[in-house]
Amino acid sequence: MKRTFLGEFEEIVLLTVAILGEEAYGVTVTQELEQKTGRAVGFSSIHTTLQRLEEKGFLSSKMGGATAERGGRRKRFFEVTALGRRALMEVKQVREELWGALPPDTLQLMGG
Amino acid sequence: MGKPKSAIPPRWVTTLLRWWADPSTLEEVEGDLLELYSYWVQTAGKQKADWRYALSAVKLMRPFAKRKKINDYPTTYIYSPTMIRNYFKIAFRNLLKYKGYSFINIFGLATGMAVAMLIGLWLWDELSYDKYHKNYNLIAKVMQRGIFNGDFGVGGHMPLPLGNELRTVYGTDFTHVIMSSWTNEHILAYGEKKFTKKGNYLSPEAPEMFSLNMLKGTRAGLKDPSSILLSESVALALFDDTDPIGKIIKIDNKLNVKVTGVYEDLPYNTDFRDMTFIAPWDLYVSTESWVKRAQDNAEWNNNSWQMLAQIAPNTDFKAINEKIKNVKIKHVPEMATFKNEVFLHPMSQWHLYTGWDKTGEVDGRIQYVWLFGIIGIFVLLLACINFMNLSTARSEKRAKEVGIRKAVGSVRSQLISQFFSESLLVVALAFVVSLLLVLLSLPLFNEVADKKLSLLWENPVFWLAGVGFSLITGLIAGSYPALYLSSFQPVKVLKGTFRVGRFASVPRKVLVVVQFTVSVTLIIGTSIVFRQIQHAKNRPIGYDRNGLITVTMNTPELYRDYNVLRDALLASGGAIEMSTSSTAATNLNSHNGGFDWEGKDPNFKDSFGTIAVTHDFGKTVGWQFVQGRDFSRKFSTDSSGMVLNETAVRYMGLKNPVGKIMKWNGKPFQIVGVVKDMLMGSPFEPVYQTVFMMDYNWAGVINIKLNPALSAGESLKKIEAVFQKFNPGSPFDYKFSDQEYERKFLAEERIGQLASIFAALAIFISCLGLFGLASFVAEQRTKEIGIRKVLGATVTNLWGLLSKDFVLLVIISCLIAAPIAWYFLSDWLKKYEYRTEISWWIFVAAAAGALTITLLTVSFQAIKAALMNPVKSLKSE
Repeated sequence: MKRTFLGEFEEIVLLTVAILGEEAYGVTVTQELEQKTGRAVGFSSIHTTLQRLEEKGFLSSKMGGATAERGGRRKRFFEVTALGRRALMEVKQVREELWGALPPDTLQLMGG
Repeated sequence: MGKPKSAIPPRWVTTLLRWWADPSTLEEVEGDLLELYSYWVQTAGKQKADWRYALSAVKLMRPFAKRKKINDYPTTYIYSPTMIRNYFKIAFRNLLKYKGYSFINIFGLATGMAVAMLIGLWLWDELSYDKYHKNYNLIAKVMQRGIFNGDFGVGGHMPLPLGNELRTVYGTDFTHVIMSSWTNEHILAYGEKKFTKKGNYLSPEAPEMFSLNMLKGTRAGLKDPSSILLSESVALALFDDTDPIGKIIKIDNKLNVKVTGVYEDLPYNTDFRDMTFIAPWDLYVSTESWVKRAQDNAEWNNNSWQMLAQIAPNTDFKAINEKIKNVKIKHVPEMATFKNEVFLHPMSQWHLYTGWDKTGEVDGRIQYVWLFGIIGIFVLLLACINFMNLSTARSEKRAKEVGIRKAVGSVRSQLISQFFSESLLVVALAFVVSLLLVLLSLPLFNEVADKKLSLLWENPVFWLAGVGFSLITGLIAGSYPALYLSSFQPVKVLKGTFRVGRFASVPRKVLVVVQFTVSVTLIIGTSIVFRQIQHAKNRPIGYDRNGLITVTMNTPELYRDYNVLRDALLASGGAIEMSTSSTAATNLNSHNGGFDWEGKDPNFKDSFGTIAVTHDFGKTVGWQFVQGRDFSRKFSTDSSGMVLNETAVRYMGLKNPVGKIMKWNGKPFQIVGVVKDMLMGSPFEPVYQTVFMMDYNWAGVINIKLNPALSAGESLKKIEAVFQKFNPGSPFDYKFSDQEYERKFLAEERIGQLASIFAALAIFISCLGLFGLASFVAEQRTKEIGIRKVLGATVTNLWGLLSKDFVLLVIISCLIAAPIAWYFLSDWLKKYEYRTEISWWIFVAAAAGALTITLLTVSFQAIKAALMNPVKSLKSE
């Protein structure tokens, strides 16, 4: 079965959107990512990734929630689609399988 | 949030963003950046915030991105299969719901298309005439033209020596020069089988020139001077299935010839279609003494034969015409007074451009091609108008549907394509129906039009034309509803405030007027054509055709003894009178000059119709004397006697003609009597000045008056027995004079019949449309009628109310049609010397007829609506 490839950054953005739930849009995703990972993320790359994820069908979006702060402009709220959720689950499963296959002493070695 | 007012990002960056960023995400990007900017100002300071803002903006520039269509809603996919299925479903439901309209729509359009198709096939046939011959573009008839007494004249009768002249002097310009006899009836006999068949004597290269498709033998077969080529059908009739090659057959019971080839029958749309056999020209010359004489003495003045030619491929007709135009004057100098010119008449023009009026203008069949082409287009137009009218009239019914469709998200282009597909569906159905109609009516049409047309099933042009023409009809007919209906505003329509404007019905009215103008013009046209035919038929003909038959004298046996044959015929009881003459009374085919009489102006170029008759001719045909007496055996001087017709007396300007002497080429004849004009030529032309001379040797036909006491069949049986005895080598073929006379009207009657059929169809289609329109109007005004009835209107009132509009339109149409019809028909009638008047009452009658039909059509609906119970009509909805 053909699976759409999910890049590392894409995976993180997708997860963040899932975490944020109904409040996920460009700004919140940017801020959340900055806070959670501590790395400086450009808004432009977040925006581009969100667009790409939507194109791939992992996200859906709708407009709404205009505030004065934004000069009356609407936000584009994102939501993880069923396909997006499945992709996340699959990534997680692969990771867990890989972690599971790791001999316990290797982990200790690495840890030590 | 302390000082949100000061958090204004650099304006130029915002502008940059607005210009270059992806337009479809611009709104949220701008908002997000604005929000982030104030966040950045709080957390990192204004300078850093400005920097980040600018950096993000630059990174977000997508100068080539295009705005995606309607991003907020799912894109409407115009050709979604579901919707297309829905269109068809709705279309079918609409068709079934309004069965009456659907029938009128489809059937009306199908009739129009069928008419157009028939006319198209007819035109195709007319335009493809003679194309069967491969050298079509190079073949021509050699003809001559000149001015006779001020009138332009053209003839296809050529002198014999011209053939040799063209071959020898202008040899490089011609591939073939063919001498030809006229296509005449001859008797072909093989053993016991005898048939009268039409055929020609032709020069030996003729099969090559005509590119005959030889089924047996070769085209070179005609080179043998005692050979014959048979058409497939004649070969089959004479030999059944046996091989005809090498068999000896007899022509006219005197010439033995050997069959050297069989060619495929020439198709019906060729000018030489009647030529069912070809015999060699040399045989003709050697066996017919008068032809041999013409050849031996190089008689340039004897114009009796046809001449065909195929020009060399590197020349053209115009150049050769320039070279050969004075050929005849060179040999016959006195022809210069007639401005005689020899010219080539190309095969491509034979069928449609043969015939010239007195000024030299071409006056051929091409006129009918135009006439029927125009009629075809008009009938189709009428059908399209119906379709458009009914569809627009019903648009209000569909308005709600359009409103709802628009409200649930249809875009205009979808509605347009919906209505187009609907009209294309109807047209497709109509096309199928029209094919059926054409199939059913073709045999009848072929009979009326004297054609052998068939649907060109395997011709791609036919399908291309048929489908293309349906497509165009569908698009034209569907355009108005499609473009008009789809422009409705849903809010208005659904709220019920939608009103068709006061002038919405104007185009509909104009279309009705156009329809009826065409129909009334056609009615007037056909009635005048028929009146013209009737006018000519009612002409006094000056002799009695009843029970008169003619038998062609085709074998030497019939020339043996006039009196013996006559006695035998009279004794048989089948005939009460018999005579011979040079030609039948229905066919004046010989015109001659060279007459001289007392008081003739020496410069006068005389021309008379000449007929040789016997003593009994007058009694056989029943001519009527105005002066003098009939030929009689009592007067021996009558053996050089002559009878004139009234026109001849006027033409010669003689006061008391009886007893005077008239000379023809020096030979004196005594005038014994003057007869009432006998109509022997075209019934549309004045009677030609004609002389009837006594001459027993110049005979071509036997005229027989059947015994009126017996039935025609019995008389003929008795006469046949006599002919079997006297002329065993020939089948007994006879022609009834009244039938021959009727044939003179064939061309006109054919045009009249075709035109009347088309006129009837045009009227039918128009009425169909009117019927639909009237029922629509009645339905639309149901409530109004209900209220009027409640308030006391009578049925008559209401009937008048509903019919008035249509009657007015038809009256307007009549007023427009009358001058148009008058213009074209007076032009048409000018062609005929003997013509009917265009009287005013024809116009009145046509208008009255159109009005009656209109009233009948409209009244049905009007009265139905007027009789309706107002309670019902007001309660509805």
